[in-house]
Amino acid sequence: MFLFIYGQFKIVRMDILSLFIIVPLLTVVALLFAKNLVSARITAMIGGLIQLGMAINLVFAYFKERAVNDAIMLFLRDEVWFKDFNIHYSIGVDGISVALLLLTALVVLAGVFISWKMNELPKEFFISLIILSTGVYGFFISIDLFTMFVFFEIAVIPMYLLIGIWGTGPREYSAMKLTLMLMGASAVLLVGILGIYFNSGADGGALTFNILEIAKVNIPLEAQKLFFPLTFIGFAVIGALFPFHTWSPDGHASAPTAVSMLHAGVLMKLGGYGVFRVAMYLLPEGTLHWSWFFIILAAFGVIYGAFAAIKQTDLKYINAYSSVSHLGLVLFALLMLNKTAWNGAILQSLSHGFMTALFFALIGMIYSRTHTRDITKLGGLLKVIPFISATYVIAGLASLGLPGFSGFVAEMNIFVGAFQHPDLFYRVATVIAVSAIVVTAVYVLRVVGIMLMGPVKNEAFLSLEKVTWYEKTGILLMLLPIIGIGVAPLWLSEMIMESIQPFIQGVL
Amino acid sequence: MDVYNFLVLRQEISLLILILLLIILEIFIPHNKKSAVVHVAILLFGIHTLAGFYPMEDASLFGGMFRTNPLIHFFKNILNLGVLVVLLQAADWINEKILIQNKGTEFFVLVFSSLLGLYFMISSGDFLMFYLGLELSTLPLAALAAYETSKIKSSEAGIKLILSSALASGISLFGISLLYATSGSIYFEVITDAIMATNLTTLGMILFFAGLGFKISLVPFHFWTADVYEGAPISIASYLSVISKGAAVFILMILLFTVLKPLMHLWENMVYALAILTMFTGNLFALRQQNMKRFLAFSSIAQAGFILLGLITGTQLGTATIVYFVLIYIFSNLAAFGVVQAISLQTGKENMKDYEGLYRTNPKLSLVMMLGLFSLAGIPPVAGFFGKFFLFTAAASNGYYFLVFLAVVNVTISLYYYLLVIRAMFLRTSDTAIPYFRNKNYMRLGLIITVIGILLLGMYSPIYDYIYSLSSTFN
Repeated sequence: MFLFIYGQFKIVRMDILSLFIIVPLLTVVALLFAKNLVSARITAMIGGLIQLGMAINLVFAYFKERAVNDAIMLFLRDEVWFKDFNIHYSIGVDGISVALLLLTALVVLAGVFISWKMNELPKEFFISLIILSTGVYGFFISIDLFTMFVFFEIAVIPMYLLIGIWGTGPREYSAMKLTLMLMGASAVLLVGILGIYFNSGADGGALTFNILEIAKVNIPLEAQKLFFPLTFIGFAVIGALFPFHTWSPDGHASAPTAVSMLHAGVLMKLGGYGVFRVAMYLLPEGTLHWSWFFIILAAFGVIYGAFAAIKQTDLKYINAYSSVSHLGLVLFALLMLNKTAWNGAILQSLSHGFMTALFFALIGMIYSRTHTRDITKLGGLLKVIPFISATYVIAGLASLGLPGFSGFVAEMNIFVGAFQHPDLFYRVATVIAVSAIVVTAVYVLRVVGIMLMGPVKNEAFLSLEKVTWYEKTGILLMLLPIIGIGVAPLWLSEMIMESIQPFIQGVL
Repeated sequence: MDVYNFLVLRQEISLLILILLLIILEIFIPHNKKSAVVHVAILLFGIHTLAGFYPMEDASLFGGMFRTNPLIHFFKNILNLGVLVVLLQAADWINEKILIQNKGTEFFVLVFSSLLGLYFMISSGDFLMFYLGLELSTLPLAALAAYETSKIKSSEAGIKLILSSALASGISLFGISLLYATSGSIYFEVITDAIMATNLTTLGMILFFAGLGFKISLVPFHFWTADVYEGAPISIASYLSVISKGAAVFILMILLFTVLKPLMHLWENMVYALAILTMFTGNLFALRQQNMKRFLAFSSIAQAGFILLGLITGTQLGTATIVYFVLIYIFSNLAAFGVVQAISLQTGKENMKDYEGLYRTNPKLSLVMMLGLFSLAGIPPVAGFFGKFFLFTAAASNGYYFLVFLAVVNVTISLYYYLLVIRAMFLRTSDTAIPYFRNKNYMRLGLIITVIGILLLGMYSPIYDYIYSLSSTFN
């Protein structure tokens, strides 16, 4: 149906992206009238389904348009917003954003299913969740730095309420820590953006926030050196760059299930995406100047996250540290500055998005049944809740990079790309990062062994509730893409590859 | 000079007539119908505000003592809107607490007189008019701060305000006399040409700065702020924090950007240092405040520090962003003060702890508060974000990246304490939460106007474009 509209009416075609902001906002408005849990979740589900439909439609529309149009960004639209600053509402997508939009739509819908029984303030919960997703959608379609920054902050701030109101454990502390660190990072980012903006006229043109315009400008070397670290760190904090990752384990552990999913699955991807699209694309010489420093941090983060995950006993902490490790790999691959590694980085973003969201969903289900997340108190779950446990094993195998799942495709690309650098520094860094794979296998299999295998540790576990239909739906929404990317990565890889091309030319 | 020239003064004359009408009305209103004063005063002031939007051209009177132009006129309209909201939010308090003491008319007369002083101050074309306006705006405020005579703290606030403002205006006057001594004139236009960067001029400028710094509550002239806000009636605290501060920022901006422009290399450094001091002091002191009024007092000090980032530029961009920011700040701060006022009037509670669980009992009020605080903290998509972003852009356009960096550090610090209030209202639940109550109509209207302002001023870009087009006047 969407394809039909897309083909027939020009106006709808041009607005195919704005809908990603309008539909969630309409969902929020509809939610305002929801009276109870049932109406709230139904509204949220319908909104989520429409968004998923739009995302799938966008993939087809993208391929169709790409065949006839070889611009960097497609479906462009540009409206002047603040004319004195040359701020535009300017949107467009390439293959990378399309893939990430699809990821977002899937995770949001799965999140709604997982929160089917959200009894406390359901309306407010779904509203915050959907405002968050609006920010994420807006971020992925923006090609104007100002608009992008606005959506970035819109995506972050609902986290405070989501963790603070519906969280568990030290929720107030975690929520405050997460919000302050991310907003602090975005404040640093603001300086970086202003720096880019005021140097965007270096070739004699007007100052602009438009990414595509700025990419054509030769920003002076000194400015690039100064503003690259600000922009990079500003984005990388939300991508859990090593010394700034501390918000992530606490935040994930305290957040309610759907929020952990959305946060680890989608929100943390803003970091890698922003680094790629803004910091590295607009400040290529700054990137070359600083990359050694951030490679060290990223490689250390990869190995540090993996080792930290070994030591944890709380399931959510294990998964949070594993996210630090996996997303460190994304930043690491981006800094390797070659096509294969970049392809791997984007695939890793997607794969990690599905995988970690699935993990958090499963952890939420286990926790709601057994009321503990401590793996030493769990055991033999495979016998009592087979569906959840089997899925956990699959997610774990995907996480440690077994061929046939998405993780393998991504990591393979990253390491092949990274190893193409001949000199010693890159080789050593790559070897260190690769070794994290082994550690990953250790912590994944350790959890599987302790928690799922062996005798049932607790009598009460024998009468656990079977998995429900909405939980199954949520799981399948995550599981199918993991296998899908693993088995048939080519269409995705192709979509990403051709979008990377202009960036490669810009940076190298 | 014929009588039409006086139309240049029409805002002032209209307000003066309003004041006189209220005084006369006081005689004729029977004793048992005193509440009519509130309705009449608000209605008349509303008409005055609306009439103010009739456009005004560049003009000056009395040989240049009084001048006006579209930007000044626009700023008077902003002040009018702010005062209107303050009055709407104060109406119930006057009805319940002040009319019994038979002081209703005086309240309005004093507020309007202070506003009249601000009009003259921002329209001044020489230092004499400026000083008269400054005094006229400050003296009624001291009386108003001490308005709740039953409370000791209120009297204390009045005394503190009058003593420290007397000192500040004395210092300022001394500064003016030094400027007069070195340039030979008190007319702004003459001074601009005659001024030279001598030691005496510099001293005069710094001393003069102190007087306005006091009104804006810049650090180190801020010591009165928290005590006065805490003791004074809430509507007066909100008047002090938005109207009087906004007008002082505006006139300071005009003076720095035109009269003292030749000394820019000097005051640049001063503003730089004061901005850093004010932001950090305001923010760090706000962290531990428990009383909502003191909390907002320090928050408003910190906001003044952010305004200085626009002041340092001396450009049209700076003018536009400052006026825009002040406009947004008025609405954001009044939203926060309005909620504090509503709760204080209803329950007498003013501490952050009392706000715990407010969302579960009074969701709408909490949402207004949240919008106001988000706007103050500068979180999109509400207006405060745009105001702050543009101020920082203005500072960065002059190359002050390090100052912008310090400012964004402060934004993060400020976010912490704004979130503390959000935490109390939304995250916590309490058995002793403030029970549900319904606001009266005036208060609701006052809050609704602020919410519309907060939502509209940022995202609706023509407002900024309009302000930018007006601000070419001074550069």
